[in-house]
Amino acid sequence: MTLISSNNEMSSQSIFHDQHFIHSLRQQMLKFAMLQIHDEHLAEDAVQEAMISAYQHIDKFKRQAALKTWIFAILKNKLIDLLRKEKHTTAISQLEEGCSQGDSLMEKLFNDHGHWHKHEKPVKWEQPDTGIENEHFWRVFDTCLNALPERYGRFFMMREFLELDSSEICQNEAISTNHLNVTLYRARVRLRECLENNWYESEKSQ
Amino acid sequence: MMNCKQATRLLSERMERPLTAKEKVALTMHITICSGCKQFGKQMKELRNISKCYMKEENKHPKK
Repeated sequence: MTLISSNNEMSSQSIFHDQHFIHSLRQQMLKFAMLQIHDEHLAEDAVQEAMISAYQHIDKFKRQAALKTWIFAILKNKLIDLLRKEKHTTAISQLEEGCSQGDSLMEKLFNDHGHWHKHEKPVKWEQPDTGIENEHFWRVFDTCLNALPERYGRFFMMREFLELDSSEICQNEAISTNHLNVTLYRARVRLRECLENNWYESEKSQ
Repeated sequence: MMNCKQATRLLSERMERPLTAKEKVALTMHITICSGCKQFGKQMKELRNISKCYMKEENKHPKK
């Protein structure tokens, strides 16, 4: 009897029938893809292809979390392929706006001698691990990530989320190692500052 | 003597490439007297871990 499918299939199929889950998953994937490649159509295509691959291997997933991990791995590979193919025409203009430009946050954090301003000194993050299990933490993290200047966020995600090598990013983006390192440094300084102010310190004061 | 701006730059760069012996010595000397930069260094590693978790679970799902 073909009408009676196994329990396994039923539960796997039902993942795709959870419209709320699929919708929010798609949004997350799109957001992630758009930060990497700025072409909306290419991003949509990559997300679509990853979705289709997942659907074709539906019987592998019994939990939504497992599907999510898997589908992001697929998407990640598709984006890396696209980034490798794409010869960035924007590289030159990015270089021009480049690393010589100052960063106002740096002046806020460090005094004229290059030492921390008293109240900007990093403090110990109490139990940093607890954040990872907390939904609110990820909302703060998302907000901090989105608050980064576009180029900072893009390079940071390539390096830390897609785990591309520095040398590979430099090659793809046609930028110098120094440019990448300065950008990553500034991105990390900003993210750190934002997380400390909005999560670690506000947790402590509650 | 290295200042905090230079030290934090190296602490970020340490995530990208092995530091030279000279850089390591200067950095260690700075960190032993600067608690802020010491925390900064730890938090650079923490940021990397957080990013890994972000991708793995694509968040919202507490780790088992």
